[in-house]
Amino acid sequence: MNRKKTVIRVRDMVKKFGDFTANDRLSFEVYEGEIFGFLGANGAGKTTALRILCGLSLPTSGEISVAGYNVYSDREKIKKRIGYMSQKFSLYEDLKVYENIRLYAGIYGLSRKYIRERTDHLLETLGLEGVRNKLIAELPLGWRQKLAFSVAVFHQPSIVFLDEPTGGVDPITRRQFWDLIYRASQDGITVFVTTHYMDEAEYCDRVCIMEAGRIEAIGTPGELKGKYAAKNMDEVFIKIAR
Amino acid sequence: MRTILFLLQKEFIQIFRNRIMLPVIFIVPLVQLVVLVFAATLEMKNIEVVVVDKDLSDVSRRMIGKFEGSPFFKIKDFTFSVSEAEDFLRANEADMVLHIPQGFERELNRENRAKVQILLDAVNATTAGLANAYASNVLRDFNEQILVERVGVLGGRIEQVRIRYSFWYNPDLNYKIFMLPGILVILVTMIGMILTAINLVREKELGTAEQINVTPIRKYQFIIGKLVPFWIIALFELCFGLFVGKILFDLPMVGSLALLFLFASLYLLLVMSIGLFLSAISDSQIQVMFLVFFFFITFVLMAGIFTPVESMPDWAIKVNTINPLAYFIRVMRMILLKGSGFSDITREFYTLGIYAAVMLLLATWRYRKAA
Repeated sequence: MNRKKTVIRVRDMVKKFGDFTANDRLSFEVYEGEIFGFLGANGAGKTTALRILCGLSLPTSGEISVAGYNVYSDREKIKKRIGYMSQKFSLYEDLKVYENIRLYAGIYGLSRKYIRERTDHLLETLGLEGVRNKLIAELPLGWRQKLAFSVAVFHQPSIVFLDEPTGGVDPITRRQFWDLIYRASQDGITVFVTTHYMDEAEYCDRVCIMEAGRIEAIGTPGELKGKYAAKNMDEVFIKIAR
Repeated sequence: MRTILFLLQKEFIQIFRNRIMLPVIFIVPLVQLVVLVFAATLEMKNIEVVVVDKDLSDVSRRMIGKFEGSPFFKIKDFTFSVSEAEDFLRANEADMVLHIPQGFERELNRENRAKVQILLDAVNATTAGLANAYASNVLRDFNEQILVERVGVLGGRIEQVRIRYSFWYNPDLNYKIFMLPGILVILVTMIGMILTAINLVREKELGTAEQINVTPIRKYQFIIGKLVPFWIIALFELCFGLFVGKILFDLPMVGSLALLFLFASLYLLLVMSIGLFLSAISDSQIQVMFLVFFFFITFVLMAGIFTPVESMPDWAIKVNTINPLAYFIRVMRMILLKGSGFSDITREFYTLGIYAAVMLLLATWRYRKAA
């Protein structure tokens, strides 16, 4: 593990909103190619931390680098190397499936010809060839989330940030969604994912559990279960929360 | 550049996929031009008059005949009591009372002067002012006639100064031609300012703005992507509006249309930047609508479209230096009706240019990719 390359390095990250400290001196590292789970109850500060790493929000203090770039000075360079998908977001509902893919891929500088070929290939792997010309608004949530994820990794970023990507999605679609995450990880994309589904925590290479703005535990699911003498991540989480 | 093309493609698809857009682009201008140009006219016809003739003389009857003969007045009723006539005014059934007192003719004969009274409903100051002016004209005419008759019999000369009017640039005093450019300005501003503002805030509301913010899109690329589509649509609207104006109202186009469109492009850049700035400081479509309407209505009412800027108080005229509509309406009328060239509008052109640059910078600066 130690020989792996670090892609996200966070030292003493603090984010305050007025008097409220949303992130209190967070420190952690994420290694290349791993699936890193960010766990915590609602309001624990997961999304705040993720938004800082994506360059959507500025930290109050701390040393933070993402993909080798500083989040204070090189946010635009970071943005070229990451993908992002949030539960709220979705693709443009009034655009068709292929129009959404074309837009985002185009923004990242891919050529129109390449986009066309990859789009066909992508829809085929997702089994969504039939909805190529459908508006996003007409698709069920699960399909949209799978598409949104595929769009987020279409330009083959080094890191993809997923903010509660499976919120409100049925268990079967969630399984399929995690298959997509594994596939991306195998392609060498580092996955940074926040969730509060504890079964999903089991799928991660390493997890980090947040509680009231602080990191309470960090390690592989196996290590944490051993440390807290728990059968599964659910128990780990409940023990920490107490 | 490529990024901008992808963004423009997206914006145009979204705009034309919106079912409300095509009616907005084609029906709204037609309705505004056809309905508003007629409705917003300040011309007065059929001012309803109640006559109180207490003299019942030859002269008083001739004076009433003068009013009857004028295209502006319609005699609604006759009474013999002023208070009864006033009731008509109160009930909003008449606009004016013409009161000819008893002994009118006698006084005129004996003293060469006599008085009539005119009572006006001045709830609408503009109409009252116009009615007053028209009535004064009728009376002056009547005076002259009497003068000619009496002095003329005596063989005298009445070489008084007479004013002859000649109305430049709009010889028939056709209000429609004066209003039409104003309505066009409103139309173009609506498209430019309101639609641009709503469009950007909508992305914030839906959360797609955040997705755009994590991409390497540059601020200026995003702003251009938001400005250009409505800029093109608004210029098209102007074109369409001028065409409709020409067909329906025979709107004169004395000056250079190229100059008009050059100025309009600059003007649009300004109002769209204002729209963008307002949307950058708002979080929801409702917020931005309130802000935009506040400025839009203030600008429209102060711009001199419906009321002459010259009759506004000094402070209002000063406020108009930051009112983009005031510049555009002035230049529009100058070019279309007077045939002014670039040298006549240089000051307006450069003022708007600087103003637009400042607002655009302000909007770009205020639009944040990270909080």
